[in-house]
Amino acid sequence: MMQERLLELQEEALQKVTAASELKELNEVRVAYLGKKGPITEVLRGMGKLSAEERPKIGALANDVREAIASKIEEKQKALETAAVNAKLATETIDVTLPGRPVNKGNLHPLTRVVEEIEDLFIGMGYTVAEGPEVESDYYNFEALNLPKSHPARDMQDSFYITDEILMRTHTSPVQARTMKKHKGQGPVKIICPGKVYRRDNDDATHSHQFQQIEGLVIDENISMSDLKGTLDVFAKKVFGQDREIRLRPSFFPFTEPSVEVDISCKICGGKGCSVCKQTGWIEVLGAGIVHPNVLEMAGFDSKKYSGFAFGMGVERIAMLKYGVDDIRHFYTNDVRFLKQFNHHEA
Amino acid sequence: MFVSYKWLQDYVDLSGINATELADKITKSGIEVEGVEKKSEGLKGVVIGHVIEREQHPNADKLNKCQVDIGAENPVQIICGAPNVDKGQKVAVATVGAVLPGNFKIKKAKLRGEESHGMICSLQELGFESKLVSKDYATGIFVFPNDAEVGKDALEELGLSDEVLELGLTPNRSDALSMIGVAYEVGAILGRDVKWPAIEKAEAAEKASDYISVKVEAKEDNPIYTAKIIKDVKVGPSPLWMQTRLMSAGIRPHNNVVDITNYILLEYGQPLHAFDYDRFGSKEIVIRRAKDAEKIVTLDETERTLTPDHLVITNGIEPVAIAGVMGGADSEVKNDTTNIILESAYFAGTVVRKASKDHGLRSEASARFEKGVDPARVREAGERAAQLIAQYAGGTVLQGAAEVDELTMEPAVISITVEKINTLLGTDMTVTEVESIFKRLQFGVELDNETFTITVPTRRGDITIEADLVEEAARLYGYDNIPTTLPIGSATPGQLTDYQMKRRKARRTLEGAGLYQAVTYSLTSEEKASQFALEARESIRLAMPISEERSQLRLSIVPQLLEVVKYNNARQIDSLALYEIGSVFFKRDEQELPEEKEHVAGAMTGLWESHLWQGEKKSVDFFVAKGVIEALFDTLGLNDQINYRQAQINDMHPGRTAEVLLNGEVIGFIGQVHPTVQKDLDIKETYIFELSLKALAEAEVAPIAYQTIPRYPSTTRDIALVVDQATKAGDIQDIIEEAGGKLLKEVSIFDLYEGERMEEGKKSIAYSLKYFDPERTLTDEDITKAHEKVLEAVKEKAGAELRG
Ligand SMILES: [Zn+2]
Repeated sequence: MMQERLLELQEEALQKVTAASELKELNEVRVAYLGKKGPITEVLRGMGKLSAEERPKIGALANDVREAIASKIEEKQKALETAAVNAKLATETIDVTLPGRPVNKGNLHPLTRVVEEIEDLFIGMGYTVAEGPEVESDYYNFEALNLPKSHPARDMQDSFYITDEILMRTHTSPVQARTMKKHKGQGPVKIICPGKVYRRDNDDATHSHQFQQIEGLVIDENISMSDLKGTLDVFAKKVFGQDREIRLRPSFFPFTEPSVEVDISCKICGGKGCSVCKQTGWIEVLGAGIVHPNVLEMAGFDSKKYSGFAFGMGVERIAMLKYGVDDIRHFYTNDVRFLKQFNHHEA
Repeated sequence: MFVSYKWLQDYVDLSGINATELADKITKSGIEVEGVEKKSEGLKGVVIGHVIEREQHPNADKLNKCQVDIGAENPVQIICGAPNVDKGQKVAVATVGAVLPGNFKIKKAKLRGEESHGMICSLQELGFESKLVSKDYATGIFVFPNDAEVGKDALEELGLSDEVLELGLTPNRSDALSMIGVAYEVGAILGRDVKWPAIEKAEAAEKASDYISVKVEAKEDNPIYTAKIIKDVKVGPSPLWMQTRLMSAGIRPHNNVVDITNYILLEYGQPLHAFDYDRFGSKEIVIRRAKDAEKIVTLDETERTLTPDHLVITNGIEPVAIAGVMGGADSEVKNDTTNIILESAYFAGTVVRKASKDHGLRSEASARFEKGVDPARVREAGERAAQLIAQYAGGTVLQGAAEVDELTMEPAVISITVEKINTLLGTDMTVTEVESIFKRLQFGVELDNETFTITVPTRRGDITIEADLVEEAARLYGYDNIPTTLPIGSATPGQLTDYQMKRRKARRTLEGAGLYQAVTYSLTSEEKASQFALEARESIRLAMPISEERSQLRLSIVPQLLEVVKYNNARQIDSLALYEIGSVFFKRDEQELPEEKEHVAGAMTGLWESHLWQGEKKSVDFFVAKGVIEALFDTLGLNDQINYRQAQINDMHPGRTAEVLLNGEVIGFIGQVHPTVQKDLDIKETYIFELSLKALAEAEVAPIAYQTIPRYPSTTRDIALVVDQATKAGDIQDIIEEAGGKLLKEVSIFDLYEGERMEEGKKSIAYSLKYFDPERTLTDEDITKAHEKVLEAVKEKAGAELRG
């Protein structure tokens, strides 16, 4: 009898637990069945009437029933609690497509971006970055670079002079002359020289009275034209893409001999010819050459022992080609809508 | 330099190579061909016609009705408006169906009731630039010589079907400023010979020296001067072939004598000048420096004042020409000239350059002298010109020349080894390859073992040293054939200097804080140059500025950034934050380079934070800007060395400006632009800073040393202090930090109250003080002792009372 009663209670309790839909209801079930005044306790109270044999059996059964009910209640309670939390969280739902709180973020000017990229490339190849004054002596800007006062390439009209002997530097080459002098005839010299330069030009879409250059100089024993070619090939591929080629054409600069003009195969048409490369498949990007022995000697290097190469390029030109900028003045108006475009890392 | 493909064939065989291929080869081996132009491209249907009748158009005063034989079965009628058209002329006729420049198609037309089957053309209508058209035909149709063949292709006859290569010459290659020079270059590229023009002397018995004498007083400027005399010439048009060659080279035909001097200039690169012998004014030529304020009226009818910097040709009394630049009007060859003095001379580049620059006269002649003509050609050029004048102007060339010749021509002799060439180029050329290159260039070549002794002809004055020969070898060997290698040699550490690293850190920090980098001009107006200058020093002015706007070197960056703010504000961009790192320039002694300092400046305006849909926004204010530079100082490890001091600075808000001090020295400022200045510039409320980056980057920074992470709890005590309105929070903080001793580890401000509940003239500032000892737990007693000192100190030094 007692056994049946217990099983009956268990059945009844489990049904109520399952049916409970709120924590309060569940608690009532707990109190009703497992409490001190509950039916199971009541059944146990009548155990005195049982035989000694039956007593432990019923006792054990009663415990099992209790545990079964308790565990079911616990299970149910967790489920109800979770449901309650979920219900609450559901009311907290937000629209995840709304924009986040902006973090202030600026970026480099495109010219600096190009300069840093090139600096880093050459630093990786063992170069240091050399800098010098933007206002220069005539000596370092011209004479030390094999451009004596009578040289036709020196026209007062093209340079911003301050006095007869002082001017706004017209290229970053004086930094090379200064660095060479510092080395006191002792190689190797491996430098890259970025900086602002000035020419007496009226500003238009392709001219700027102020612009930036990067020049490189290597002096060591046995430096050759082929080393220059190899170095510029690395440069072209890094800055303009792995599938770029370079081409050297003879040219003339007073501070190099032989001098070359360096073209890079057109990225836009892949060398087939387009309007950007004027149908040639090539774009002129830099000037270079083997350092003129006069320049070496003037800086105190023995031109019999040492040779060197130098190259130079306009940063604006590189940036214009690289990013497709069509007017050099954009770099100096600093329209924020322009500046903002150079904000992310490119592969 | 414009080079006619057809004309070039007079001097070098071009068979098997067309103009485009030639251009490509020339470019690859050193002279850039900037273009190949064939003027007749796209044109057709223009023939030589013979005007057999001309009468006035019955219905139009200014029109002519012409019957023109164009070599067809019947003459055609053409209505022509040119004032110079006439019966008997040979003219260029664009027939019906012809195409003229600009894709202008000729159709049958009716003009005032009369049919017109074509058009009689002017040179301009055929595509010649006006400045190249002889004055005779400037305003009318072109008239061919009488012997022109009717029906022939007029474009061909006018040289328009020729191809013209435009050479972009670098300053060293003045040798290619002549057809013969170009022929040598092409000969070297193709490995072909150069043919010089044949000169057949047919001179009279009379001697030139009996007619004129030459005296050179300025021998350095003029080492050789030759004067030939040609008698009894008849000035008239030069032959058509010569005119078309001149025009293809960009020179306008005048008359036979002048055209021949120009033709020789193009052919030999030697400028010549012809004087009218009878108007020369004497029988002697004296070359000397001009006297001060001496005057000459040049060919262009302009009176020019000379100085001793200028070399002049005189008749012994007065100047008749500025040497190498321009002749005088008085002795000009005119239509009635019969006797000629023909000058061929070498004038030094420097003296010609000076004169051409001073008088603003740059010509084909002066350009050649400036760059240096080949002295070996002076005499021959004169001979050839004299012969051509005899041939085409019918004169008699007198024997010899009156001349002064003290020219010493020493061709450069340079030794070089094959090894040297290969080492400098990274190539593997053989002796034979190198020898062949020098021979193709027609240099004198002697070979001893592997050493060459090269004798360089005077036409290549640009070649003086070994490296020049290396270049010749490189360009003719071909740069494409040079291998690609990287320098090998001692390893060098590639890295930025400490300063350069800090500059990059500064950039990263400012960008991270939300500022865009700007790059502005160093040159500015006088007014802006020193506005907002950190140091009140003199600015520097350019000797010859392009404009007042860009006449002065800047002493500060801020004015330029404000221009950028203005630019953006004017384009509805109200919120922006910018920085710039760049040099400013301070004047020193006149003879010294200025002092250049790198500054970092910023400008911030508008909203700093805005997240509008959440209802958040914050405008830029002083403390936003200050936070940015604090971050910068933090990155540079300088926070402990920086102080701020309320300051009055021109054009800055008097109450919202601070000087920034690094270890007690002013190195910059920060604050709001004065509202009046903002208004003048038409910009919104803007905060700026400018700091000496040089000072910041050069300040000593303590190395990073690990501090034990506290294992024991800290204790925080908050105090609210009532102080005078004028008392600076920073000063109190300094007092607290000093008094707190080593247990006081952090002081921060958490409240500022200046409201109505305060006594008049007072404010309350609340500080949070954090005490701890990394080695032990502090007792109440320890803390109280330290804290008492703080309270005493603030009371004593700042009159601060604890707020009740
Ligand atoms: Zn292309």
